[in-house]
Amino acid sequence: MSNEQRDRLPISFTLNDQPMRVEIDPAERLLDVLRYRLGLTGTKEGCAEGECGACTVLLDGLPVDSCLVPAYQVRGRRVETVESLDAESLATYHASGATQCGACTPGVVMTASWIVRHPEVLGRGSVRELMAGNLCRCTGYDGIIEGIEDAIPDRGGA
Amino acid sequence: MTVLLPGSLDEALQAMASHPTALPVAGGTDLLVHWPQRPELHRQTFVDLSAVQELRPLRWTTDELVLGGLTTYWDVIEDGRVREEFPLLVEAARQIGSIQIQARGTWAGNIINGSPAADGVAALMAYDGVVVLDSTRGRSEIPLAEFYSGYKQMRRAPDELVTQIRLPRREYSVQIFEKVGSRRAQAIAKVGVTVTRSASGWRVVAHSVAPFVCRCTALERCLESEASVGSPDDLLPAIREDVSPIDDLRSSAAYRERVMARVLYYGLLEVCPSFH
Ligand SMILES: Cc1cc2nc3c(=O)[nH]c(=O)nc-3n(C[C@H](O)[C@H](O)[C@H](O)COP(=O)(O)OP(=O)(O)OC[C@H]3O[C@@H](n4cnc5c(N)ncnc54)[C@H](O)[C@@H]3O)c2cc1C
Ligand code: FES
Repeated sequence: MSNEQRDRLPISFTLNDQPMRVEIDPAERLLDVLRYRLGLTGTKEGCAEGECGACTVLLDGLPVDSCLVPAYQVRGRRVETVESLDAESLATYHASGATQCGACTPGVVMTASWIVRHPEVLGRGSVRELMAGNLCRCTGYDGIIEGIEDAIPDRGGA
Repeated sequence: MTVLLPGSLDEALQAMASHPTALPVAGGTDLLVHWPQRPELHRQTFVDLSAVQELRPLRWTTDELVLGGLTTYWDVIEDGRVREEFPLLVEAARQIGSIQIQARGTWAGNIINGSPAADGVAALMAYDGVVVLDSTRGRSEIPLAEFYSGYKQMRRAPDELVTQIRLPRREYSVQIFEKVGSRRAQAIAKVGVTVTRSASGWRVVAHSVAPFVCRCTALERCLESEASVGSPDDLLPAIREDVSPIDDLRSSAAYRERVMARVLYYGLLEVCPSFH
């Protein structure tokens, strides 16, 4: 019979390439566990309804809204947060003015890193279309799109 | 809050059988919306489906495409063969939320959430999709077009899981999926129309215009009969027979009816000799 869990649930997963084991409350979202149990406050909460993308992390390599992921679902899986990105990989965003107030940036660069690592997904939509789940109220998006295009190796990027 | 963590389909069906009020969780893109503000849900029992490997893959048989109970929108977008044989599934999937939603949201979750605006349900229904429900008591298979009976009312018993969605493989001569929203990206439909034509006839499916996603049999008869249609208004009597459009926060009934007529008329003008 399946395992029934009430208040405390130990889970193991891979976080930013390191093995991680943590006790969670089954009612916690991945976002809560990252920010309040593990102190990884780079991941932001904006809307709590999957619209803004400020909470974007990679789950098994794909961008997801961590506000909509029950924490118990990441057991045995691979999670990457903004803390895993090095400053160098963000150079094109500095150059293109992709950041103003910065609230959306951690989510933006996570979706962006997925596109840059998998440029073949551009066959499924333009950069702008693939970035539709990351809202930014400052830049007007042009700087963000340009920063991503410049980071893609075959698109005039490095 | 209690969550059960089955590791196989058998365990999942057992968990559903022994916890009659439990809610299954797939991608969580409906269930977790505004989670911190929904304390009533925190007292629920949930059955997590995410580790039930049997439910994930989509597969092909000689005469069917079979989606699993956990197949996501992204799984479908990524499948070149689906793009060829069931292009409207890919088109609908690409218009659902954003990549973050497509990576997590499942076709089964879209069906059971039962929103009148469900884009995935519309595309599946236009391909004569059949919902396969399993429980420890056995299996039922229900055509999606007969699955709903009212707003969020459907033919599913509380212990049943959607384990498959089956779509017959056919040659299609017409395939149209149109979703009208407030903007192109990340918007819920105000009016949705899906049309297919195969040797089995025309299928017209409306979403976001009635309390549930539904087939429009009067419109289908009108197309089948090749009655002459000279303007969007000529379609209004059939539309009114098929759906009584709803007034809600996204739109008014009068707007919906008109937009539906125009979308259908201009969509079919190119492919129907009886439209002029
Ligand atoms: C920002 C945002 C944008 C969205 N945009 C759209 C859109 O444009 N178009 C659209 O149609 N939808 C949209 N949605 C809704 C949502 O993404 C879909 O309905 C999705 O398909 C739900 O699937 P899920 O796996 O996430 O479901 P969950 O949230 O896990 O579950 C939804 C319901 O289905 C039940 N359930 C799930 N799997 C099963 C199963 N195998 N058997 C029985 N019951 C099951 C659950 O108990 C629950 O009642 C959007 C959601 C968000 C947050
Ligand atoms: S906080 Fe998750 S999408 Fe806005």
